[in-house]
Amino acid sequence: MSDTLRNRCAIVGIGHTRYTRGTSASTLELQLEAATAALADAGLTPADIDAVMPNDMSDRIAEEFILNLGLEDLAFTSTMHTGGASVISAIQSACMAITTDVATCALVVAGRRGYSEQRVSTTSVRIMPVLATVNEFEKPYGNLVAAQWFAQSAQRHMHEFGTTSEHFGHVAVTCREHANLNPNAYMYNRPMTLADHQSSRMITSPFHLLDCSLETDGAAAIVITSAQRATDLPHEPILISGVGEGHGSPPTSITQKRDITFVEGMHFAGRRAFSMAGIGPHEIDCAQLYDGFTWFVLASLEALGFCGRGEAGPFVADGRIKLGGQLPVNTHGGLLSEAHVSGMNHVIEATRQLRRSVEPQRQVADCETALVTNEGDFHEGSVLILRRREP
Amino acid sequence: MNRAPLPDPSALAEGFWAAARQGRLVIQRCHACGVLRHYPQPRCPHCQSSDWGWTEITGRGVIHSFTVTHQAFHPSWADRVPYVVATVELDDAVRMVTDLDEPAEMVAIDAPVEVFFDRIDDEHTLPRFRIRQPDNADEQTR
Repeated sequence: MSDTLRNRCAIVGIGHTRYTRGTSASTLELQLEAATAALADAGLTPADIDAVMPNDMSDRIAEEFILNLGLEDLAFTSTMHTGGASVISAIQSACMAITTDVATCALVVAGRRGYSEQRVSTTSVRIMPVLATVNEFEKPYGNLVAAQWFAQSAQRHMHEFGTTSEHFGHVAVTCREHANLNPNAYMYNRPMTLADHQSSRMITSPFHLLDCSLETDGAAAIVITSAQRATDLPHEPILISGVGEGHGSPPTSITQKRDITFVEGMHFAGRRAFSMAGIGPHEIDCAQLYDGFTWFVLASLEALGFCGRGEAGPFVADGRIKLGGQLPVNTHGGLLSEAHVSGMNHVIEATRQLRRSVEPQRQVADCETALVTNEGDFHEGSVLILRRREP
Repeated sequence: MNRAPLPDPSALAEGFWAAARQGRLVIQRCHACGVLRHYPQPRCPHCQSSDWGWTEITGRGVIHSFTVTHQAFHPSWADRVPYVVATVELDDAVRMVTDLDEPAEMVAIDAPVEVFFDRIDDEHTLPRFRIRQPDNADEQTR
């Protein structure tokens, strides 16, 4: 079992921009704003940073951070290429670099002009190498975007297990209820009911509009350093207890997955993260689950062992994932109702819950352990387990 | 019909598209272990052999899953919404993606399908699938 990274590093700073639709700032400017906020939160300056992890989804490069933050002697940089799963994969790489003394303090950044420029719904996102076979064999048939790819998984899940659109709706409504307790959320003060979900226009069946994550502008960043150094910094260190990534196969199209209803990459990632942390699903106090689409939250609950295969629909239907329930999920509102910041907002929310620094009405009581997921490309996944202190 | 983007065949898959222009559906067959595979890759994931050839398949199977797309995600599909995109599981244990011209209420998981060849222009013929009627299936002898 690999526990060499367990509790060796900590998240010591978090920062983000406002989450908006419409901005005059470039993606780089948004990311620099988030980075500066994260450094201030950590009580550090750019001179303390010797590792930068730029986010592939936003096309940013380390050189831009060297130039704009005045990083005179960067020791390590790496960019992960797993789409939406890249943030937690980058955190894993940063932990590896810090634990092996390659670097001492890492800045991880994500987010983009996701509404004003790179909109997923109009296929104006960049073309990545992983899309080559989809481009050749699926796009000519109108299978163009992630919503359609995931929709076929969701449709088959409904067929095999009796999952319903109302089950998806419970995820959407839960995220919205939590967002309405979170002034940072784009959907704050915009309540939504299950009936609203059911009557929202169909995008690509079975996904209604309110099954799809938001397109927003914004960026978010965190600062990671060794657990030892973290004790000198202003905030209580939030320990990285477990981290893992997973790559299912085949990895270049959901339609080719052996079982398209099972998110194998997430399952593998979770197994590694739980093993590293030395705990199981029943010890998680809250889960911030990557929610590009409502169905993916159900699939992740199953893949991570929070419930059995095919059981996630009923699992979410009775309030179990709401604040006050057995496993509060996406207590910030998620990608569905806070903002789409490539899942970095999920990492920040978990950190805030463990710091006990969110608004009282959405604070998970006695929160000691939080799990975060990222999903990217074609059911690839990465999982992070954070703890408030060493048990 | 306006289809974008049309396939820009990779070197490895040129034989697939060339066969389609001749009205044949072919996929890769590993010469070492006999396992069929799709989409094309240079090596067999089962035995890692790079010795392979194209083999013709029946083009019959069932709908594995589908989605009815109402949003025009690309301008060239705007005049077709709503349209059906399906993944078909062929009798030869590979899957392919197709759009379906059938009315959405005809489309269901496990419905039988068969291939046909849609000639777009001199360079592009798309293997596509349609719902296979039971009597049609009985008569088919191939």
